Amino acid sequence: MNTVVASITYRAMLGRKRIWLLALLPIALIAFALLFRFIGGGDESVAVELMKVFAIGTMLPLLGLIAGTGVIAPEIEDGTIIHLMSKPISRPVIAFTKFVVAASLMVAFSVIPTYVAAYILIGTESGIASGFALGALFAGIAYAAVFLLLGVVSRHAVTIGVIYALVWEGLIGGYVPGARRFSIQQWAQSIADQMTTTAFLKSEVALSFAVPAMVIVVVGSVLWAGQRLRVLSLTGDE
Amino acid sequence: MSVIEIRQVSRWYGNVVAVNDVTMTIGPGVTGLLGPNGAGKSTLLHLMAGFLQPSGGTATLDAKPIWKNHDVYRTIGLVPEKEGVYGFLTGWQFVQSAARLHGLGDDAAERAIAQVDMAAAQDRRIETYSKGMRQRIKVAGALVHEPSVLLLDEPFNGMDPRQRLHLMDLVRQLGASGRTVVFSSHILEEVERVAQQIEVMVAGRHAASGDYREIRRRMTDRPHLFRVRSSDDRRLAAALIADTASGGVSFTPQGLEVRTVDFRRFTHQLPRLARDLGVRLWQVSPTDEDLESVFSYLSGRS
Repeated sequence: MNTVVASITYRAMLGRKRIWLLALLPIALIAFALLFRFIGGGDESVAVELMKVFAIGTMLPLLGLIAGTGVIAPEIEDGTIIHLMSKPISRPVIAFTKFVVAASLMVAFSVIPTYVAAYILIGTESGIASGFALGALFAGIAYAAVFLLLGVVSRHAVTIGVIYALVWEGLIGGYVPGARRFSIQQWAQSIADQMTTTAFLKSEVALSFAVPAMVIVVVGSVLWAGQRLRVLSLTGDE
Repeated sequence: MSVIEIRQVSRWYGNVVAVNDVTMTIGPGVTGLLGPNGAGKSTLLHLMAGFLQPSGGTATLDAKPIWKNHDVYRTIGLVPEKEGVYGFLTGWQFVQSAARLHGLGDDAAERAIAQVDMAAAQDRRIETYSKGMRQRIKVAGALVHEPSVLLLDEPFNGMDPRQRLHLMDLVRQLGASGRTVVFSSHILEEVERVAQQIEVMVAGRHAASGDYREIRRRMTDRPHLFRVRSSDDRRLAAALIADTASGGVSFTPQGLEVRTVDFRRFTHQLPRLARDLGVRLWQVSPTDEDLESVFSYLSGRS
């Protein structure tokens, strides 16, 4: 963890208009929650559906993509990362710091809004708010790590990330049960399911698989990103 | 006192060879990497800076490998060519962050900013800077830890003449104070004004090496091709071919084409011959003065 790297990264992510990229979806989530609440649809099934489809199913992967790739990919693209990499700081430390920043952004823009939205709808009933918030926390960290790695490894990180989130988790995961085991979104649901007592949520992946899988994905991605950063080459413009 | 040693280094991208079997040792003082665009100067500089892995050979700094060794940045200051600076930071914040990344305090940042004469603009955001100012603030960022090696990629590109002179002075001073300074450029005049040692790169190869007198001599002492138009081309041609300065004269629709073998003598003799013959010179123009032909001549010879 390096505080100078972290503070520059926060400024790049939150400075001026960039913050709206992160704030838009959580604002929409809370707006939906308020809307359902006031038109009287605030029952348990609506809450679970909103959390499942929007909070975990849409907002979380998209924010993970914005935060995870955003902390590093633009800097690699425009060469500003040289400022950090031409200093006597180990590259894995730079990668880890970027990961911590991305993960903290997930907490602020995804985990907390998830809790707030669920709380607006049904308070603390059936543990839905805390269950989904905890699911979002674990999955948000996993997304941050995976998309950070993607941002280091590929120049097309955003495209690949969108394809993963939409096609693999959304489409294939919807039809092919086996694919759900390897879906961060499904892991989040497993945790949420474990924490809540609601009858409206049935997770498909066992917690005994989801939690170790998440730990492996996070640790592996961050370590790999650090190693890739050590051998990052700059090709001249010639 | 630091020494960069490049030993039989090659670097290729797929099938394209960017740097081909280059060996050079760079010690204290200012060294200019001279060559046309695409000659491999940037690639070589990136190899020295630890941002590229040699495909073959070794690049070391004081006998320690540069690649995958972040400790070299205690010794190296790097000024990349790309304008890659965080535009949302002020000049001061940028240099201060560089100092802190080295574990240094604000006094180091202040000193570096004073060194590039940017104190007056340090509180403005970098995105409001001109290209020359960005270049200087990048140099300040690279100087905070008083590195004994400074690497600059095309540092004078896009600067106005005043800024260019200022940075040239600074680079000369840094070299004179015993640092090992390496910069790349495709302009001979730039390099010979600043560098004591010149390494010429052509098409990925190390084409020539020497001080600026040596390089200048090799660049002017070569066959030149001149186009001459006059009031009486035939009479002039007869006189020219009789002189030892010219190696060949041919008639073209655009006038005479004279191949010189002795550049100095030719430029000295031509006006005298014309005057003695009563021939009026209308046009004398070198046809191969562009850098590409100069470089291709140099590379063909060594």
